[in-house]
Amino acid sequence: MAFMKRLSGVVQAKANKVLDRVEDPRETLDLSYEKQLEQLQQVRKGVADVATAKKRIELQAQQLQAAASKLQDQARTAVAQNNEDLARQALSRRSAIATQLDGLRTQHEQLAAQQDRLVDTSKQLEARVEAFRTQKETLKASYTAAEAQTKIGEAVSGISESMSDTGLAMQRAQDKIANMQARASAVDELLDSGALTDVTGSSDPIQAELDKASQSSQVDLELAQLKAETGKGAPSALGAGGDEEVADAETVPQNAAPADPFSLDSGDGSAEPAK
Amino acid sequence: MIVRVLEDGQYEIADSDVPELERLDAVLESALEANDEPAFHRALHALLEKVRAVGSPVPHDEIVPSDLALPDEHMDLSEVRALLASEEG
Repeated sequence: MAFMKRLSGVVQAKANKVLDRVEDPRETLDLSYEKQLEQLQQVRKGVADVATAKKRIELQAQQLQAAASKLQDQARTAVAQNNEDLARQALSRRSAIATQLDGLRTQHEQLAAQQDRLVDTSKQLEARVEAFRTQKETLKASYTAAEAQTKIGEAVSGISESMSDTGLAMQRAQDKIANMQARASAVDELLDSGALTDVTGSSDPIQAELDKASQSSQVDLELAQLKAETGKGAPSALGAGGDEEVADAETVPQNAAPADPFSLDSGDGSAEPAK
Repeated sequence: MIVRVLEDGQYEIADSDVPELERLDAVLESALEANDEPAFHRALHALLEKVRAVGSPVPHDEIVPSDLALPDEHMDLSEVRALLASEEG
């Protein structure tokens, strides 16, 4: 059992660090119990932290959806004005948003899974802590018997191991949150800089990504769709389109949001009902 | 023999099932040595499946240390390596 033995050794070593044993096993029992209660509190806080992190991702997805809708409208307006370059740029940015949403979706899934496991682990720990509480009094009362001393050792090792496992689960949750925060800050920066939504801006940090996206056939396809839609109408009618953009931007995200907050409609879906 | 699956729980394994676990453990170990992520996941999955199939879950009010430990299927190879390295120096 080479692998399982090694991993078990790691868990035991961490468990021993959780608890400093003291000379009187009865005191060890009490100290151990105090640590268990502390850890339970930490786990509950950990679960709350994961929930907060998930919420932040959901809010960002909504913001990105709104930005994508605005870009879609800008592209439509640009096509109507025969400004193909601007339309292409808007659609490119919209496609960059889809990439960001993909990343958010993955992280959201990971956090949700981690949250579920953390909740399970903490429930188990809770049950064991409760069992430990009742057992420790019995063990203390019969402490003089050699057999009881062995049992105390086992109970302390067993519960320390559970705490060590819970500690690992919390560490993993924190790692996932840290990853999420790094991405979330980057997305916030993008949103704050206006780089995603302001197609007239000259220099921006996602230019490289945009250049790549503008080569994509998806953009060509969407551009062709917009042209087909708008080209038939009056090309000059949208000269003063500023107010209209805002009005459209408010209606589109409501259509798109309930289905899947982490994916964009392919273009025709959000465009046709507005027509 | 008691096996802990991290972030899952403990399972009691009968002696008669130990040889099969040893065989699966050896496959996992060599995938780890070879740093072969797909093989590692296949081997880990097989081992976890076996442990959960033949093992009986240790009740939550029974507080006992484990003899062996396994990661759950959500840990990737690099996470497992980091975990092993964290205590083995």
